Amino acid sequence: MNVPVLLAGETNQGGATGSGERLTTRFTVPGIKCAGCIGKIERELPKREGIASARVNFSAKRVAIEHDPALDEGDLVAALLAIGFEAQAVADNPMGTETGERRKLMRALGVAGFGMMNIMLLSVSVWAGAEGATRELFHWLSALIALPVIAYSGRPFFDSAWMALKYRRTNMDVPISIGVILATGLSVYETATGGEHAYFESAVMLLFFLLAGRALDAVMRDRTRDGIGALLGRMGKSASVIGDDGETRRVDAQDLEPGALVLVAAGEAMAADGVIEEGESAIDNSMLTGESAAEGVKTGDTLHAGAINLTAPLRVRLTLTGEDTALAEIARLMDEAGQSRSHYVRIADRASRAYAPAVHSLAALAFAGWMIAGAGVHQSLVIAIAVLIITCPCAMGLAVPTAQVVASGALLKRGLLVKDGSALERLAEINVAVFDKTGTLTMGEPRPDIARLDDEARRVALGLAQHSRHPLSQGLVKSLTEASVTPAPIVNVSETAGHGLAGEWNGETVALERPISGAHELASQLRIGKRAKTVIFTDQMRPDARATIERLSQDGIAASILSGDREEAVQDAAAALGMPAKAEASPQEKLETLEAFKAKGCRPLMVGDGLNDGPALAAAHASIAPGTASDASQQAADAVFIGRDLAPVALAVTVARRTMHIVRQNFALAIGYNALAVPLALFGYVTPLIAAIAMSLSSLIVVGNSLRLSGAAGSAGQTNAGRETRA
Amino acid sequence: MTGLAFLIPIALGMGALGLVAFLWAIKSGQYEDMEGSANRILIDDEEDDAP
Repeated sequence: MNVPVLLAGETNQGGATGSGERLTTRFTVPGIKCAGCIGKIERELPKREGIASARVNFSAKRVAIEHDPALDEGDLVAALLAIGFEAQAVADNPMGTETGERRKLMRALGVAGFGMMNIMLLSVSVWAGAEGATRELFHWLSALIALPVIAYSGRPFFDSAWMALKYRRTNMDVPISIGVILATGLSVYETATGGEHAYFESAVMLLFFLLAGRALDAVMRDRTRDGIGALLGRMGKSASVIGDDGETRRVDAQDLEPGALVLVAAGEAMAADGVIEEGESAIDNSMLTGESAAEGVKTGDTLHAGAINLTAPLRVRLTLTGEDTALAEIARLMDEAGQSRSHYVRIADRASRAYAPAVHSLAALAFAGWMIAGAGVHQSLVIAIAVLIITCPCAMGLAVPTAQVVASGALLKRGLLVKDGSALERLAEINVAVFDKTGTLTMGEPRPDIARLDDEARRVALGLAQHSRHPLSQGLVKSLTEASVTPAPIVNVSETAGHGLAGEWNGETVALERPISGAHELASQLRIGKRAKTVIFTDQMRPDARATIERLSQDGIAASILSGDREEAVQDAAAALGMPAKAEASPQEKLETLEAFKAKGCRPLMVGDGLNDGPALAAAHASIAPGTASDASQQAADAVFIGRDLAPVALAVTVARRTMHIVRQNFALAIGYNALAVPLALFGYVTPLIAAIAMSLSSLIVVGNSLRLSGAAGSAGQTNAGRETRA
Repeated sequence: MTGLAFLIPIALGMGALGLVAFLWAIKSGQYEDMEGSANRILIDDEEDDAP
């Protein structure tokens, strides 16, 4: 459940009650796409009674609503739905600790930028020919600015380098820290002894560029974490326990005990496994099985945590709680499967493993060489430090994050959230794709065949279906709303659990109910007076599923289906899409299939949505989940795509490959450029001026090269759109 | 040379002012929703709609 923030509200324009207190609840609204949506939400919502204000965060696709305590999450979601936006309450305080890292980096970046500008100002004067007392004064001023700036802005690198050294490892931050500290130390010595060159600006500039890369990396991780974290929290986090005295009280999921009797209201999610003692209802088990059809349950049936009770309240005796539930078991499988992924070494680290020793030995050789050649300790040291600075991986620090941020930004615009940079790197390497069926290749929700309904029937059906939360009714509402049907005004609507909806329209009895015959397919019967019509529901294939599979195979990726669904349903889909399929696979079998692929040396991409796909998603080399997937699956996946189309899956692979191409180019450019300056450094010709120019130019080239990616998703998407129209 | 005694503190002061402004901007959430701000200028104010 959401934890609302209490605000003392002094101003009010629409407050209905006089309590003077307001709650702020945050919602994720993926449908915010343009300025019009912002305007609509912020203008229309406060007109509702009890809502004081709404504020949209466009980048995070989030709305903060300040409202009366009388309204609960459900009312607010309904209010958003009424103006045309699907919303999901945000589970946790969004201003969590994760954004703290980004802020820290941004502050460090600001301080480094300030230091760099001012020291550069003084350095330019020195380079322009300031001499004697003026030069000494300027060097002292530079030192005065640089020392605190380096101490503050360098912290992220010093900390990380220290951690690495403590565990006898090396990373990119070790050469950076050594370079910065040596350059600063030498510069202080030069300043104190009235020397000619001080390298303060190089040290600070190095920090500035590297921090820019780090900040970009953090921004990217935060952006997607906002999107994904927001979708969490659909599982039951607490339950109403019925005490011996008959009173109910809310108990958190982790404090529930087996044997307790709980009351599960309609619309509530189960927080533990249990057996129904009393009541009859329909449940939505899609979180566990990925199956969209509601399941009828009665006294004596077992319910699993995560199942959502749809129609009537149930009394449930808990059998397994906390760590023992079926859900927790799958979570444990996922956790173990995910371990292998944490061993993945990112390309920047692989590069630095090769690069750092080379840089250090080069600098050491320069020092030794000049000592042998008879130069003094001081001169040899100056040259060694010049080598360190000139070869310092400043552009390398930017090479990976700039390319990945630009690419993920482009993908975000096309409806795909990539969780972090390592996900893009792994996506680029995949060569086999495995798809779940229900909810992944298909829409995952039953949609009616409305072609056989006349206008009147459509209006009545919408008028009735609006009143229900049953998945069939909701599918009916969506399809009819998309067909711009206006609902008929129906009065006296009543819903009977397990039976259907009934009401009155123009003096006739109308009903939407369970059909009398035809048990195996999803259908419901629409009755208007004496006339009756059967509406058949099917879980439709995503419109561009076939085009996407074809596109993947053009990229050399063989696709197959791995589903937990019935054999015949899976075979139908496999035949329609022309790819091999394996049906009736348990979560364990799915995981084994993925492991088998990996054992054969393939790098599999898993695309799935159900919780039963969770372990497979975690084990795959890379994984993608649709936005409608279970929370756990979205967490396990590397990327999440939103909307009706499957195209973002193919797009993700294409763009990821292009990104890695650009990253390699960036490395080549950065290293090549610096290599040109190394001979100058080795022979002692590098002045602070040359170091500064080399550093900024190579960084600019790398950033420019990365920006070429901003069009990548666009052009890839267009060829895809072309294919869709042909298909 | 005496000019420097004024100019350098002024230059540093201006730089520091910029830094303070930047830190304030981070703190007050100016960087939280950059795309939103870009889009907001396109919203028409509907005066007659106001309550």
